[in-house]
Amino acid sequence: MTTDTFPASGRPVRARRGLWSRYLRRPVGVVALAVFLLVVAAALLAPLLAPHDPNFVDYTLTKAPPGPDHLMGGDSAGRDIYSRLLYGARTTLYGAAVACLTGILLGVPTGVAAGYFGGRTDRICSSISDGVQSVPGMIVLLIVAAGTGSNFTVLMITIGVFMAPGYYRISRSRALAVRREPYIDAARVAGLTNVQILRAHMLRAVRAPIVIQSALTGGIAMGMQAGLQFLGIGSASTPSWGAMMNDGYRNMQTHPLILLWPSAALGITIAALAFMGSVLADLLSVRAEPGTRAGRGSAPAAGDEAPTGEPAHPVEGSALRIENLRVAFGGPDGDKRVVHGVCLDAAPREVLGIVGESGSGKSQTVLSVLDLLPAGGRATADGIWVGGREIGALPRGRRHALLGTEIGYVPQEPMTNLDPCYTIGHQLVEPLRVVHRLPKAEARGRAREILLRVGITDPDRVMASYPHQLSGGMAQRVLIAGAVAGRPSLLIADEPTTALDVTVQAEVLELLRELQEEYGMALVIVTHNFGVVADICDRVVVMKDGRVVETGPVGRIFADPGDPYTAELIRASLDDTESRIDLDAAHDQAGQAVEA
Amino acid sequence: MKDGDGGPLLEVNDLVVDYRRGQTTFRALKGVSMTIGPGECVGLVGESGSGKSTLGKAILGLAAVTSGTIGFAGQDITRARGAARRRLAADIQVVFQDPYGSLDPTMTIGQILAEPLTASGAPREEARAAVAEMLEHVRLPSDAVTRYPSEFSGGQRQRIAIARALVRRPRLIVCDEPVSALDLTTQSAVIDLFIDIQRETGVSYLFVSHDLGVVRRICHRISVMYQGEIVESGDNERITRDPEHPYTRRLLLASPVADPVRQAERRRTWLGLRVG
Repeated sequence: MTTDTFPASGRPVRARRGLWSRYLRRPVGVVALAVFLLVVAAALLAPLLAPHDPNFVDYTLTKAPPGPDHLMGGDSAGRDIYSRLLYGARTTLYGAAVACLTGILLGVPTGVAAGYFGGRTDRICSSISDGVQSVPGMIVLLIVAAGTGSNFTVLMITIGVFMAPGYYRISRSRALAVRREPYIDAARVAGLTNVQILRAHMLRAVRAPIVIQSALTGGIAMGMQAGLQFLGIGSASTPSWGAMMNDGYRNMQTHPLILLWPSAALGITIAALAFMGSVLADLLSVRAEPGTRAGRGSAPAAGDEAPTGEPAHPVEGSALRIENLRVAFGGPDGDKRVVHGVCLDAAPREVLGIVGESGSGKSQTVLSVLDLLPAGGRATADGIWVGGREIGALPRGRRHALLGTEIGYVPQEPMTNLDPCYTIGHQLVEPLRVVHRLPKAEARGRAREILLRVGITDPDRVMASYPHQLSGGMAQRVLIAGAVAGRPSLLIADEPTTALDVTVQAEVLELLRELQEEYGMALVIVTHNFGVVADICDRVVVMKDGRVVETGPVGRIFADPGDPYTAELIRASLDDTESRIDLDAAHDQAGQAVEA
Repeated sequence: MKDGDGGPLLEVNDLVVDYRRGQTTFRALKGVSMTIGPGECVGLVGESGSGKSTLGKAILGLAAVTSGTIGFAGQDITRARGAARRRLAADIQVVFQDPYGSLDPTMTIGQILAEPLTASGAPREEARAAVAEMLEHVRLPSDAVTRYPSEFSGGQRQRIAIARALVRRPRLIVCDEPVSALDLTTQSAVIDLFIDIQRETGVSYLFVSHDLGVVRRICHRISVMYQGEIVESGDNERITRDPEHPYTRRLLLASPVADPVRQAERRRTWLGLRVG
């Protein structure tokens, strides 16, 4: 139960409620939002803010330069540009809002329905969406303008219709992704109708992308709207930025300022929307924080914590030795330490198990040896030795040259570690040609030989196959073949059997054991399963919360665990516990004892 | 409790399920029969692709049945759709394997747990009381209602999923690998929770798992599936200690035990079986 208690209140709360505050922490986002709010305020308060009637013509003001009474001067008809700009913001925002709303109303429900129901609904909706996209929008807009006497609202609704496919496509792809989530099945089993599922789960899923899309759509709608007004479409009595640009354009040679004001207003508003959209997109998608990606510089310091674990062999006689390894991940809330000074080693021909629960830092420890930590992770150590040679201080290129030659690596997920675009043969032969500089024919021969060795009976067929044509167990054999093809002295396997069925797991463990003996490799195997440890390991390192709890030979660890945590983990394996029948008998007995 | 009083709660008879993919058809279940009594836990063990999850899905109405019947409390539910299926939601519930995908990340725990109740038209007040009670049942603090799934660990999320399954007081819960994504210590705590809840509420479980150790701990009876068929059924002790079918024996021996000396011996036996 110890690991399953409720999180302490001190734990930072992540995700949803944080979105707003995370947005406000981005300077670009804050500036863009402030600019946009300013435009909105200007539009709403135009009657209060505008010093003059926007349509009042004062001939003395014609093409006047900016002055104290007329901040931006007058236009070619003698109207106050500043007042017209404020009122023009109303037109612009109203138009953009109408267009976005139309797009959302048409695109989102159809997109969600198409993604959720699929089949015929999807085919019909998608054809309509594609059809709308292939219609030349500007021509339709001009026809609509002519037909409706340039009714502004109708025009903006028409623009919205052309924006609908954008909304449709995002909603559909989100719904397609969410439809396969188990929580949709759970909702169905819970007795929700399709309508309830669409409303409760699907609309929630598309909310965020729709907001982002609206920021972009709004900008585009403003641009198109200004374009129409520039062409002279729209009411002459309502001030608009597009019409003002037209006026400025005609006097561009003599009075460039008249063009500058509305163009700047439009440009800044669209840019603000675009930046808001991109900041939101950045926050909502799972991307590494920009600061941490390049942040290899600041390494986790030794700190005041004592290193845990101790090596059992001299440096010269070890296949792998790690001293005082620290790993930290950079994040928005500062560095998070995941490994706190770990020491361990493995002798040649020894099988070392690193065992622990999720979050114990066991994978991070071996990934540091490989220099393959995920983005944002940084490792420092007093020393990392492979085959008695210090490699911790080598430059990255030299470190990576060790992979495939000195060190072989078998990952956890066989499928995601094979490139779906290339045949198995290609993925095995290329490293041999590049790293070991073997001629093509020889590399093929070697790959074939190794596939036979890992128990693949028809290597030629497998080499011609693509990863999706193989089963999980077969794919793991291929990866093991790739890992040992370079005859490494150290093979590192990170949870190599966790994604596999038990019967396949037994086969893969047997294969690893045979290869380790045959090639005389040291094998470091990371696992959470004490059964796997008992099956294959000579020595064990038990880890918890980034520290070594204890180290020892496998027999001693199981017979006489030195730490209560180790004992708890071993007890948690279910192979020798009481069965349900025993448990019920004990329960009944206890019940009778209470009654008696 | 297992036999007698009114016959089994669930009765699956000669069930066949086909998955169609373009032109080809894959027969996932090849005539499977089984029963579950009230208050009983029946385990379904097998490898990936053996059809064990498909059987659970067919019972839940998430997979289309080709032939055969599924009876629940004397009623034929093989092809229950629409309103009939929604009525079954009061009696048959599910806990999925993936503690991350099975909770909508945009909803609070309170909303997630209340959903099955409000969807069936229960008043809000009643739903709120039931949610609080369920949280207590699965040993989560009551302030969880305002939090989001991302704030909980895998084991806690699985407790939330269990609470959601329980909230309408069903008579059968289909558990599809509910502990296989959890750490070992968390796993045993969640298994104990399943057992306690069964004793308190008398609910029946169909417990789907690839791990014989897990089903031995929680199930009264076990069926072993292989390539769409049940190859062996029997009570817990017999299947996990003295299996008859060669596949069950291979499966049992393939899972390594946390004892180096016994494991070495088991491996030798397993190697013998593999060659033979």
